[in-house]
Amino acid sequence: MADADETSKQAERNTNVGDGIAVKKQDIARAKNEGKELTKDEKQRLRKEKKQQKKNKKDDKGESEHENVPLPPSQAVVQCQSQKAPSVAPSLALTPVSVCTSEKPAKSKAEQRAERRARQEADRAAKGKKGESAQQPPSGKSKAPPNELQPVVKRLPEHVQVDDPAAVRKLAKKLERQQIPVRSEYGYKVSLFSHLHQYSRKAPLTQQISIPSTVIHPYIVRLGLQYSQGIVAGSNARSIALLHAFQKVIQDYKTPPNEELSRDLVNKLKPYISYLNQCRPLSASMGNAIKYVKKEISNIPCLCKEEEAKKQLLSCIDNYIKEKITLAATTISAYAIEKISNGDVILVYGCSSLVNHILCDAFDKKRKFSVIVVDSRPRLEGREALRRLVKKGICCTYVLISAVSYILPEVSKVFLGAHALLANGYVMSRVGTSQIALVAKAYNVPVLVCCETYKFCERVQTDSFVSNELDDPDDLMVTRKGKIHLENWQDIRQLGLLNLVYDVTPPDFVDLVITDLGMIPCTSVPVVLRVKNVDQ
Amino acid sequence: MPVEVALSERIEAFLAELKRGGSGAGTLRGSGETARETTALLRRITGQAQWSSAGDLMEIIRKEGRRMMATQPSETTVGNMVRRVLKIIREEYARLRGSSEVTDQQESLHQLLTSGGLSEENFGQHFKDLRANVIEAINELLTELEATTDHIAMQALEHIHSNEVIMTIGRSRTVEAFLKDAALKRKFHVIVAECAPFCQGHEMATSLSEAGIETTVIADAAIFAVMSRVNKVIIGTQTVLANGGLRAVNGTHTLALAARHHSTPLIVCAPMFKLSPQFHNEEDTFHKFVSPHEVLPFTEGEILSKVNVYCPVFDYVPPELITLFISNIGGNAPSYTYRLMSELYHPEDHEL
Repeated sequence: MADADETSKQAERNTNVGDGIAVKKQDIARAKNEGKELTKDEKQRLRKEKKQQKKNKKDDKGESEHENVPLPPSQAVVQCQSQKAPSVAPSLALTPVSVCTSEKPAKSKAEQRAERRARQEADRAAKGKKGESAQQPPSGKSKAPPNELQPVVKRLPEHVQVDDPAAVRKLAKKLERQQIPVRSEYGYKVSLFSHLHQYSRKAPLTQQISIPSTVIHPYIVRLGLQYSQGIVAGSNARSIALLHAFQKVIQDYKTPPNEELSRDLVNKLKPYISYLNQCRPLSASMGNAIKYVKKEISNIPCLCKEEEAKKQLLSCIDNYIKEKITLAATTISAYAIEKISNGDVILVYGCSSLVNHILCDAFDKKRKFSVIVVDSRPRLEGREALRRLVKKGICCTYVLISAVSYILPEVSKVFLGAHALLANGYVMSRVGTSQIALVAKAYNVPVLVCCETYKFCERVQTDSFVSNELDDPDDLMVTRKGKIHLENWQDIRQLGLLNLVYDVTPPDFVDLVITDLGMIPCTSVPVVLRVKNVDQ
Repeated sequence: MPVEVALSERIEAFLAELKRGGSGAGTLRGSGETARETTALLRRITGQAQWSSAGDLMEIIRKEGRRMMATQPSETTVGNMVRRVLKIIREEYARLRGSSEVTDQQESLHQLLTSGGLSEENFGQHFKDLRANVIEAINELLTELEATTDHIAMQALEHIHSNEVIMTIGRSRTVEAFLKDAALKRKFHVIVAECAPFCQGHEMATSLSEAGIETTVIADAAIFAVMSRVNKVIIGTQTVLANGGLRAVNGTHTLALAARHHSTPLIVCAPMFKLSPQFHNEEDTFHKFVSPHEVLPFTEGEILSKVNVYCPVFDYVPPELITLFISNIGGNAPSYTYRLMSELYHPEDHEL
């Protein structure tokens, strides 16, 4: 019998596989030699047991790497299953023996049903155990085989869970481990926003750490202070400052003796990121930049020398800045100029570096247009944009946002910048942007949003409440005729001040989004994200 | 004559007050006060000036009224009170003359369509009771003016239920009284948009919170962002125009558009003396601008000379965006405004 010879040969080859399978193979060979054919069920069982044995082998290797590499959920599920499997496998291994030796097929069916039930219970128990150990929904991963529409398992970011005491404690513990002080909340928070942080600008985090700090690199300390005081503001500026600071960190980095650069450097960056997050919540663009840097670091081959590795990382970061920010701005500007005609009156809001760049470029290319700069309290960022445009020589008008419905009948186009573009087509930008888009829509003025692709993010959001940033409420105070009306707002129990930083604009208010990949409608953002993911 | 001198001195003093009051940031006194002072002055004129017939009196009042309106065109309550007094004079004259004109007066719809049967009337007849009657009628008008805020505030509980979130903008004494009255019996939350650059919302917020109402102050830029959680928008206004639109503090149009986008009702609390027979497309007189240093201060000196800066005070809100008017005589829809106007003013007086 050729089959029997083959199976016995396989059995010899797989001698390093667990005993169960070898025993089974011999039994099955015996069964074949005795003239009985394997039933379908028995063949299926065999296949499943082989798979489990292979997984056992992988998991032995996987357990040794457990401390360094964070386990994705699928491996964790397999681990749990494999913990159960050895207990199941021997029972399964035993049963074929009994099946083969018995001569009644009816009994084997009952045994099969029992085994199936046992396996199902093992799976359920494994899922339950996994559900306790990790707080993520595991059902998607454990059931579906990996395909394109794999559900993304996301963890809720900590900065929108301030009203949950468990999350706050978890954050405090994490920060303690990283030796970073916790920033304390300030002032009465409006009940609608009790899930967000609210800090005071007069109490920066640096007051609570010793300077020079032993844990945090001095460039990062300085950067954190610049963020929290508003000296570095605007998503492009913040990302570029962050990447430059990372370059300095990498330059000053020395690999400790028994560690690999690719793993240790990533761990070194984690407390810095927590610290910066405490100073001011990270923006979507900064998040994408950090992901890129971490990926580049972990892709450094372990045989690479330290100097070479550092040089490679520095040039990677330079390339990122050049490609995603500088060159993207040039491309967007080239597209946008097609949309600016002579005699246009263009309305801009606040200070967006990209929109200013576009307008200055268009002015250099001899287009004749005038600009209306709309500004809002309390940040008054429009004055900075006004200064830059006037310096260039562009003819400008300046109003506050409450006068926008007075000035809009004269406007031919509205150019807005964005902080991030969300996956459901909403535009997240400085607070007031959605208002301008709303009034522009009412007057039938086209609204164009300019945004680089590195600011696209996979989050979805429909209103400005669930995820936002609360700025210092004291900024709303103003002196009029020598008197500050809100001076003692802290003393009045029923009074609250709300200083929002971002808001989301629905896609029906936006007519066009100009990105470095071209001019797309707002709803094409998930397509771009998918293309980017496939590329990477 | 000493009486004449005292009268003209008073008129001059009043005009000076008007002029000064309007050029500052926002009005120093509320329009209710202006209305009462105007009416008091008109009563004095009626009592002390030399006139023999209704026509003479109307001529004097028209003349003084034109002067007052020219001093401060944006303060429309002055003109409104003048027109009310003129209507009172017409009515009293007609009553004294006989009943035929009274029936004419009652056919106000007919009067709207035809161009008024009384136009041939020159009001020349002399009646000795006219002075006393007119002064009495003006006194009634004054009492009505003093009680407007209370009448509006009394309706508050019909419109505000508990646990509501109400949004308002800037500072309106009428709305303040309205909300404080409702707060005596119900608990609700108020969001006040500060209304830059004058930031009168701050005063409103402190006053409301001291009355025990949960208040939040937001910047103007956040109006659309928080609108999704608002149940009602209640605002005051400077003037109600003849088509039912509003001339309100700047930022109100944005607020009204945001409310319409979220299908939130917009309620305007405006006493009757704010109703004016003007329309909004009178380009020269609709908008009022104040010094741009409120928007771009002189500290920005380098760019100040190269930039145009605007600081408009008022906004036009079209009647389609308004859900309800609440006035001292009750609630009405914006489409009913023309009818109210015909009851308050005579068509001939629309142009003084």
